[in-house]
Amino acid sequence: MLCDVCKERDAVVNVTHMEKSEMTLLRLCEKCASERGIETTVTPSTSKHLVGEVLQSVHLQVSVAQGESLRCPFCSMTLRDFRSTGRLGCARCYDTFETSLRELLRRVHGNGRHVGRTYVAPAPVAGREATLNELRDRLRRAIDNEEFESAATLRDQIKGMDE
Amino acid sequence: MLDIALIPDGGLAWLDASGEHADLVLSTRIRLARNIEGYAFAGRSREGERLRVLAQVRDAAQRVPSLQRGVLLRVDDMPVQDRQVLHERHLVSRELAGLDPRHAVRGGAALFVAERVGMMVNEEDHLRLQAVRSGLAIQSALDAVMRFDAELGAKVPYAYSSEFGFLTACPTNTGTGMRASVLIHLPGLVLTKEIGKVLTGLQSMGLTYRGLYGEGSEVVGNYFQISNQTTLGQSEEELADHLNKVVRTVIHSEHEARRVLVRDAGYIIEDKLWRAYGTLRFARSLTFDEAMNYLSGVRLAVGLKLISGLSVYTLNKLLIFCQSAHLAYVEGRALTESEAGVARARYVREVLASEAST
Repeated sequence: MLCDVCKERDAVVNVTHMEKSEMTLLRLCEKCASERGIETTVTPSTSKHLVGEVLQSVHLQVSVAQGESLRCPFCSMTLRDFRSTGRLGCARCYDTFETSLRELLRRVHGNGRHVGRTYVAPAPVAGREATLNELRDRLRRAIDNEEFESAATLRDQIKGMDE
Repeated sequence: MLDIALIPDGGLAWLDASGEHADLVLSTRIRLARNIEGYAFAGRSREGERLRVLAQVRDAAQRVPSLQRGVLLRVDDMPVQDRQVLHERHLVSRELAGLDPRHAVRGGAALFVAERVGMMVNEEDHLRLQAVRSGLAIQSALDAVMRFDAELGAKVPYAYSSEFGFLTACPTNTGTGMRASVLIHLPGLVLTKEIGKVLTGLQSMGLTYRGLYGEGSEVVGNYFQISNQTTLGQSEEELADHLNKVVRTVIHSEHEARRVLVRDAGYIIEDKLWRAYGTLRFARSLTFDEAMNYLSGVRLAVGLKLISGLSVYTLNKLLIFCQSAHLAYVEGRALTESEAGVARARYVREVLASEAST
């Protein structure tokens, strides 16, 4: 079967093109396919690699612009940690690394803005205990990460609440 | 020992082959990744935090209608064999089950299983809400998991931003946090060598594929898990709708490939599939991969109506129960690899013989 575009070479790929709810089937040769950015050789599931690569390139830019000095105030994560694990440490990391994440998300998803279900959290019933526990967790994490300055501040805060 | 009888339908209602295209599509699964405000994500949290996450969710779960008549299983308390059984049932991920030798099971790792939905606690994200259905049933799974999400989200505060949506540990899940996947059997496309083009096509349409057990797993027995690649910038309905349309074209291609096979290589295929059936009926030892490949052949033979009297439900059941941890569970003891091979062959023989005589 000949390629639907050039009508010269043999078609090797069936491409289902989708726009709104319209679906068209194109049969393309290798050349016309690659001109449309479609690889005709199968690569193993690439999601991990893709993210890894994008992370790497985004991080390179970011580390030049902002240095490695950013540290999440809640979970103590740094950009270096993020680069090595590919995982963020907590919700607050999204604020801390906002600039680099915005670019990263845009590149990974092709779009950086949420348009799905919107959400409003229930009114907090958090009492004193929850806050104390949270501070204690942060204190332990600060000690683990040898950030003694913020550990001292947290210790004072906890002391203040205990009294 | 894990008491599977406590789990609604053993967590295997999706095996019953009642869904649309159930001969090709084993299951449709939709999961939502959610985190609770105020705690570090599970990978970075301390055990105390994870236990408080679990306590908070357990408390909320009592007031969540979707979880009524469900059970809570403490995965972190289970011996490794039981965690393997849950993983083989696709109820928990490898990560939650702590099956990776480099990472032990996390304190606070737990699983809720109810009739229509389930939820992993303290996986990579605090919560992984999921709904699984037999066959191609994206809308039904989506409705169930979205309803569950709304109920639970009204009781516990999720981490959410109006710009980025639901905040997740991995940026590839940010936004909707939704991964909709369809586990589909595509032997026709593999045999006609058309599969490469189909898989490449999927990737150009924002979808991805994985093996039988999801992320990082090998393709065995010609089963492919097709799912959305991106989670941000499209609504849950758009993502689901897109997957649905593409899977339908893949199903069409698979049927087309089967027609070509029968037309161009009729007796060769027929011989190959009957040999697969013969091996399963009479072999005295089978490795898991062998069993999967022959079962794939038999499933194709049933689809082509070469073999009759064998139900898709039976084939689905064989797929789950011939896995190593299930064999050991039935035998009530740990099995060596060779013992498992013998037990597997015996189990498959018995099931096929009983169907053949009915």
